[in-house]
Amino acid sequence: MRYMDDTVVMKRMTKRITFNKVWKSFFFLATTFALVTLVILLYRIVTQGVDYLSIDFLTNFASRFADKAGIKAALIGSLWLMAVVAPVSIILGVGTAIYLEEYAKKNRLNDFIRMNISNLAGVPSIVFGLLGLTIFVRMLGLGKSVLAAGFTMSLLILPVIIVAAQEAIRAVPNEQREASYGMGATKWQTIVHVVLPAAIPGILTGSILAMSRAIGETAPLVVIGIPVILQFLPNGLLSQFTALPMQIYDWAKRPQEAFQYVASAGILVLMTVLLLMNSIAIFIRNKFQKRY
Amino acid sequence: MVLGVKEENTIVKSIHTATKPSADVAKKIVYDTRNLNLWYGDHHGLKDINLSIYENEVTAIIGPSGCGKSTYLKTLNRMVELVPSVRTSGEIVYRERNILDKSYTVEELRTRVGMVFQKPNPFPKSIYDNIAYGPRIHGIKNKKILDEIVEKSLRGAAIWDEVKDRLNQNAYGLSGGQQQRICIARCLAIEPDVILMDEPTSALDPISTLKVEELVQELKKDYSIIIVTHNMQQAARISDRTAFFLSGEVVEYDKTDVIFQTPADQRTEDYISGRFG
Repeated sequence: MRYMDDTVVMKRMTKRITFNKVWKSFFFLATTFALVTLVILLYRIVTQGVDYLSIDFLTNFASRFADKAGIKAALIGSLWLMAVVAPVSIILGVGTAIYLEEYAKKNRLNDFIRMNISNLAGVPSIVFGLLGLTIFVRMLGLGKSVLAAGFTMSLLILPVIIVAAQEAIRAVPNEQREASYGMGATKWQTIVHVVLPAAIPGILTGSILAMSRAIGETAPLVVIGIPVILQFLPNGLLSQFTALPMQIYDWAKRPQEAFQYVASAGILVLMTVLLLMNSIAIFIRNKFQKRY
Repeated sequence: MVLGVKEENTIVKSIHTATKPSADVAKKIVYDTRNLNLWYGDHHGLKDINLSIYENEVTAIIGPSGCGKSTYLKTLNRMVELVPSVRTSGEIVYRERNILDKSYTVEELRTRVGMVFQKPNPFPKSIYDNIAYGPRIHGIKNKKILDEIVEKSLRGAAIWDEVKDRLNQNAYGLSGGQQQRICIARCLAIEPDVILMDEPTSALDPISTLKVEELVQELKKDYSIIIVTHNMQQAARISDRTAFFLSGEVVEYDKTDVIFQTPADQRTEDYISGRFG
């Protein structure tokens, strides 16, 4: 006897197919919603800001007059910030990832550490700001300097870099390590000559994406108390500075309408920097990723 | 001839030393395994292994999946220690020293005992850099010496003529069989004493398999080779001695023709005649 009843099967057929279509439309709408929001946002910013965007805008310091306001101090300040964040976070992050993946034994303590690094990535950035204010600005007496803000931002993105580097290291097949160990190589030699060359595209991609988060972060800078109107460029690591998101935040909260447009122009500059960094990340990933 | 083999076999049976082959005295022992036991956590992976492996011979290790043959092979260069829960007892004497002793560093051991793996695993580097990898990690920097090592190793692995014009190309561009011979060449480059091979042809097509088998025959003149294989015909074709492993124990170890023609143990006979496994 057959268990499948043809009439029942056929009756349900239309229903099942309709259901599939309904869900497909739902998922499509969800995607469209995000895209449409993004397009509206971009449209508004571009139409508002494009008139203020000029070479002068990039080379002028901040000003009380919207026409003369420029983003020079903030742009250069953000570059200074990155110059601290990049080496500090990449060296510490990759070092931690190498230790956890290659050296640390698989036991409960290390599992606990691994789990909590991922949790750390979810801690609100303002909390890192408070930490930076307490430790770097006050305890270590670094003041509202490039160095203090750089360290704070490094802490903020460190978990993201660690997780990205761990994943890149884990993606290197074990057969590759075995081949190296099999010839009498030490762990260090295996890491330097086999694991890292294969993992570096992934590590760099993750690091650049993490740094593009750092360049757009505002909250920690507000908490540290980074100034907004600066008429000079930082001249060293302990110098005062301002950064792109701080400058934009300051312009956006001003009452004069003209400054809203200046803020939009600032956002365009910030977004250009972000897009540039993300393109580099995608380029590195596509160009150098090895497939086994 | 047949009679001779039978006689030899009867002697083995009568003195009941299934794991000690009827040795010809002239051969020197490379590896002497004494009461080796190994546990993966609670699982008793190798049980009281006693096995003597001879110089300049091909020793085949056969047995069904999960019988411990690969585990035993990986114990010989302590690669098995990469699994964190492994414990061992007993000793493996290699050239008068117990390699399971903690004072024997794995780096030293693996410089003398090379390994070829189941899946060809060249590095995603040029052919030249693959072969030069071993000498370089051991500190050879001189370009001329490296060139000579690369050529000698590639010739030794019978692949020089196929790749000599493209040493700077990525080893991943080669076929599976060529990659495996590159891996053998890479292993020769550290000038080992013993070569361990873990099912080196299981991922290869028949023609590449044949080439590797011929190569093994050639290599045994200079090296002692221990090869794990699930292919019994292969063991019969290329090895001088064969050990039959079953559930972590050595059931029988003898000259290959004895094992395949007149095995002493019923289980060996059942396995080689294809009744299980």
